[in-house]
Amino acid sequence: MATSLEFEAPLSELQAELDKARSAAVVNPDSGRNADRLQAQLNERLYVLYQGLNPWQKLQVARHSNRPHPLDYLRLAFTDFTELHGDRCFGDDKAIVGGPAFLDGRAVMVVAHQKGHDTRENVRRNFGMAGPEGFRKAQRLFKLAEKLGLPVITMIDTPGANVGVADEERGQVEAIASSIAEMCSLKVPIISVVTGEANSGGALAIGVADRILMLEHSTYSVASPEAAAVILWRSAQRAPEAAEAMRITAQDMLNFKLVDMVIPEPLGGAHRDATGMALTVRDTLIPVVTSLVSMGITDLLEARYRRYRDLGPFTGSDL
Amino acid sequence: MDLFRRRPRHLSLPFGEHNQQEEPDNLWIRCPSCNEQLYEREYIDNLRVCPKCRFHFRLSLYERLETLLDAGSFEEFDKHLRSSDPLNFRSEGSAYADKLIEYERKAGTAEAAVYGSASVEGVPLVVAANNFAFQGGSMGVAVGEKIARAVDLAVSRRVPLLTISASGGARQHEGVYALMQMAKTTAALSRLSRVGMPYVSLLTDPTVGGVPASYAMLGDVTIAEPGAFIGFAGPRVIEQAIRQKLPPGTATAESMLAHGMIDMVCSRAELRGTIARLLRLLTGASYPRHLEDQASLPAEQMAAGMHIERTGVGD
Repeated sequence: MATSLEFEAPLSELQAELDKARSAAVVNPDSGRNADRLQAQLNERLYVLYQGLNPWQKLQVARHSNRPHPLDYLRLAFTDFTELHGDRCFGDDKAIVGGPAFLDGRAVMVVAHQKGHDTRENVRRNFGMAGPEGFRKAQRLFKLAEKLGLPVITMIDTPGANVGVADEERGQVEAIASSIAEMCSLKVPIISVVTGEANSGGALAIGVADRILMLEHSTYSVASPEAAAVILWRSAQRAPEAAEAMRITAQDMLNFKLVDMVIPEPLGGAHRDATGMALTVRDTLIPVVTSLVSMGITDLLEARYRRYRDLGPFTGSDL
Repeated sequence: MDLFRRRPRHLSLPFGEHNQQEEPDNLWIRCPSCNEQLYEREYIDNLRVCPKCRFHFRLSLYERLETLLDAGSFEEFDKHLRSSDPLNFRSEGSAYADKLIEYERKAGTAEAAVYGSASVEGVPLVVAANNFAFQGGSMGVAVGEKIARAVDLAVSRRVPLLTISASGGARQHEGVYALMQMAKTTAALSRLSRVGMPYVSLLTDPTVGGVPASYAMLGDVTIAEPGAFIGFAGPRVIEQAIRQKLPPGTATAESMLAHGMIDMVCSRAELRGTIARLLRLLTGASYPRHLEDQASLPAEQMAAGMHIERTGVGD
């Protein structure tokens, strides 16, 4: 495994034993039976472990480098994905990928954050942190989808929008704001899937949607817990505490009714079975797209408007 | 001018607790920009702008409204609308709910924004403004709701909208609820184009994070005060990200203007006249506006607007 999760350490001995039994099983059937027994044991412990993950641990799972990323989903759950490049203003931001693809034979427009599975790829993708060019490319693809009547599917996996001098100069705030505005009024259905971590305006910039789905161990937060801990207490060390206090898990989001559905992950997290995860995502998406496509545009836009306009409790209104 | 000498009684804002001791006259203060010793009375009469180097000190919410709006015209709405602590946020030894009470006592408003109806040189409008004194003008659910209600009010009254931003960003204590206010305010704004009314956004020091990354950068016309810090991230966060000192001028009003992100940088003394002129120009339609889909404005939104007008709240 490329990244070992700290909280999985208690399982490493069992995993090693299992690996040994598996390789021995090639020549020894007894060892095969032993391997099956160990596997059952491991599965049981993984199940218990993953049921009890705390928010900080979930974030580590959401960030696991073997976790499937949008280009993996596009390969495994969609067909004929054709990537389109560039914002037609300045450049092509590789932290956001997008283009048309077929989902179960239906043409859709996919726009997604893309992290890398290794350091080299991560550097090229800026760790999934988009700049203004990424958000403007997204807007360009949203408009194209509207023109062509393609439902939009976004996949969110970002530590946050990129922070830097050049990004400020090229209008990071304007790019995020206008991306949100574009999505608020876009005249095609929008479905958003949080596949990893969804943080800050960088997530919301491609996250305004008619339906929001989250993978079981994905997270959603106003800022990465590290950034939030700095803002709140001037200490990135307190990120686990921020993760706890800010209620970032998919289960919290569902309880708050901020998202519509939590998609179960394979045993021990999506990073253990990318193909299984991708097929579940596909099977979940298909009926959601179908039901939204049957809605008239007036109802669709009104429901989307209400979803966001009515968001969040407060007290003391005059009315 | 004695703008800030007297308490601006006509503003329907809770001055009671905020009323600090009368500032004694004849004090000297130092301009942080040019180091000049300023005679306080003179500097206050100059709208808190350094007469030597034109450095714009921050204004309080009350001073801001006083300098921009017609005297006595501001009628506040939903003065008591406030956060209900959606996450029940607490960290070691302190609860956000308790802090809210403290913020309110310090800032003199129930939340980090106010909104209401007003006029500028006789032009009626709806105005929404952050109160930076309340937890850095940060946007949680209540601030998002107030901005959205300001938009709704402008839509139902068919008058222009002015927002005045001064904000450190999203309120972390309200988590994703705070983040989603970016979408709430933006969704509300989408309805303003249906009635063909202009939206003027004024950015003051500082306007950072979720506020400019949503409604504040969506003005039809965007104006900033000289020297205002405007950006996605604050100076400390940028420095941390780029691992060096912030190059001078980064993410300032002037840099935003130079890069084509805003329409103008306007000195404090000229703001009021500029905004009034803009509003007269932008509401001067002589040709029918072909607005999309006016009929589809939901009935209940119109009714809500009318209800507001009828009751004329704002005590």
